[in-house]
Amino acid sequence: MRDELKPYFRENRLPHIWCPGCGHGIIMGALARAMAKMDIDKKNTAVISGIGCSSRATGYLDFDTLHTAHGRALAFATGYKMVKPESKVIVLTGDGDCTAIGGNHLIHVARRNIDLTTIVFNNNIYGMTGGQYSPLTPNGSKATTSPYGNLERNFDLVQLAKGAGATFIARSTVYHVNQLTDLIIKGINHKGFSLIEVVTQCPTNYGRKNKMGSPAQMMLWQKEHAVTKAQADKMTAEELKDKFIVGLLHQEEAPEYTEQYAKMVANLMGGDDK
Amino acid sequence: MAKQAMLLQGNQACAFGALAAGVRFFAGYPITPSTEIAEILAQELPKVNGRFIQMEDEIASMGAVLGASLANVKAITATSGPGFSLKQELIGYASMAQIPSVIINVQRVGPSTGMATSPAQGDVMQARWGTHGDHTIIALSPASVLECYTLMIDAVNMAEKYRTPVIFLMDEVIGHMREDVRLPEDEELTIVNRKVITNSDQLPYKSEADGVAPMSIFGEGHYFHVTGLSHDETGFPQNGGDVVKANIDWLNEKIDRNLDDIIRYEAIDCQDADYIIIAYGGTSRSALQAKILLEKQNIRCGFLCLKTIWPFPYEAVKTICQHAKMVVFPEMNCGQLVGEVRKILPDKVVPFNRYDGQLMLPEEIAAVVENAVKEGK
Repeated sequence: MRDELKPYFRENRLPHIWCPGCGHGIIMGALARAMAKMDIDKKNTAVISGIGCSSRATGYLDFDTLHTAHGRALAFATGYKMVKPESKVIVLTGDGDCTAIGGNHLIHVARRNIDLTTIVFNNNIYGMTGGQYSPLTPNGSKATTSPYGNLERNFDLVQLAKGAGATFIARSTVYHVNQLTDLIIKGINHKGFSLIEVVTQCPTNYGRKNKMGSPAQMMLWQKEHAVTKAQADKMTAEELKDKFIVGLLHQEEAPEYTEQYAKMVANLMGGDDK
Repeated sequence: MAKQAMLLQGNQACAFGALAAGVRFFAGYPITPSTEIAEILAQELPKVNGRFIQMEDEIASMGAVLGASLANVKAITATSGPGFSLKQELIGYASMAQIPSVIINVQRVGPSTGMATSPAQGDVMQARWGTHGDHTIIALSPASVLECYTLMIDAVNMAEKYRTPVIFLMDEVIGHMREDVRLPEDEELTIVNRKVITNSDQLPYKSEADGVAPMSIFGEGHYFHVTGLSHDETGFPQNGGDVVKANIDWLNEKIDRNLDDIIRYEAIDCQDADYIIIAYGGTSRSALQAKILLEKQNIRCGFLCLKTIWPFPYEAVKTICQHAKMVVFPEMNCGQLVGEVRKILPDKVVPFNRYDGQLMLPEEIAAVVENAVKEGK
């Protein structure tokens, strides 16, 4: 490990439990590089996760870390941020954790615009439980619980977050790791709810079932199917059919909830911030 | 300056008790008959630099409470039966990760939506066993508006002292009843704050001599890990059989070894009583009146009011009741806590149950004893 990343890892907890070829370590690495570049205030940062492969990352990162229950990372993070509005809170979650069992918390935390940076490890599958389809498993894909192809339509997480009111929305992949690192920095610096969807590969459960080849081939798939907003604008609907858009896709300024609440408290207490 | 007498509702007293205990965070979801607690705290918490949030659902409320508590803020939620069911998983999380929290359940008639504005005591066993896995729990049940205040302070104190979720089991009668009360002076109150870790060398899940570990507080630069997975003293996941067993033993023992501190009850005229009525919560009111009715007939009847229902006060109940001819246990359910008394006084205890959403009448409780007297039992 490079020296500048060492302060962000619990080296005694490594190696991680992820399968060979899994993309999750690349996301964790991008997060650590983002933190190193920002020289993040460790003491003032909490990392909170749910349950699943993605959420094991909190165990390896040397911060105040909270590995919550399935789907509930954003609920715990909301309570924490309410009483610690000055802290940076980073939420690590997966596609099933965030958009299925935790979907209600996602839309409401976005609506409230609470300053949390949420990184969604989207490997299109429930990996920890052995490969069941999630709300981000593409229609038609195979999973252990969709052996004949997934009949359900998948969410477009970017559109979902936008509809719910998220004020910072980005998407990247583990192939585009430099872009990802940059987006994480921007997300952490954004005042308000940030959602960063990261397309990552699960060769063990998703890739194998869907004949996507080796982990390297799955990453090449990411390269070939990711387009920028500028590229997408010039493409026809037909050309865009199997593509997804990466980059910073939405950013706006809006009042941040915990800050608004703190202001209300200050007013009610007559300026006495005891 | 003495506090003035006030006409207060149980739910109001409960909210004021929480504030007096130092609670500074509440997350909840609207549900009858507990909603007044949320409404009062929405109004009062921001005035004392506290935080209130109405979450998107019951589960989220419980999650937010635990997140806030990890930042060293006393945090509670309030709900009723349907919401209590939804919160169960995270009550288990609080137990496993040892996060102080108080869950108020103002009981209504169930199962399911049942009757939202009618009282019941149907969640007694759920309070004990609602979340999965082996764990212990503290559950307190107030019998008056004043107790909604004083026992709430005890509930918060116990959550802090033992790093555990505490269930505050009210019922619709107690929650919505109004009484003239004079609240204790602030200086008369004992307020307990959790022990906290002061340096990174301390292990966050290493029990001290009192059976409790000082808590790792987020934001202090100690970089602890908190998980609902089986974990060792460091807080990190550990699946070794010895570690798993030791952790579960610890969760149980930290409560079970402190029964003297946790168990609260009130025994009236039990010493020479031929008959004793045991009750808790809203039923206590009718039970006490039944005792008075029986006294007027020269029947020697005692009254034992349980304030701590979990851990169940087996020793106290046995000691207080073993000389009686008969023990009557009225409950607004089909017979839940009476099962615990059966374990220790199988030949003496007689349940009396109503589960139609109606209050129990003193006369019908008294009649159980009167009939026994007639039959020479």
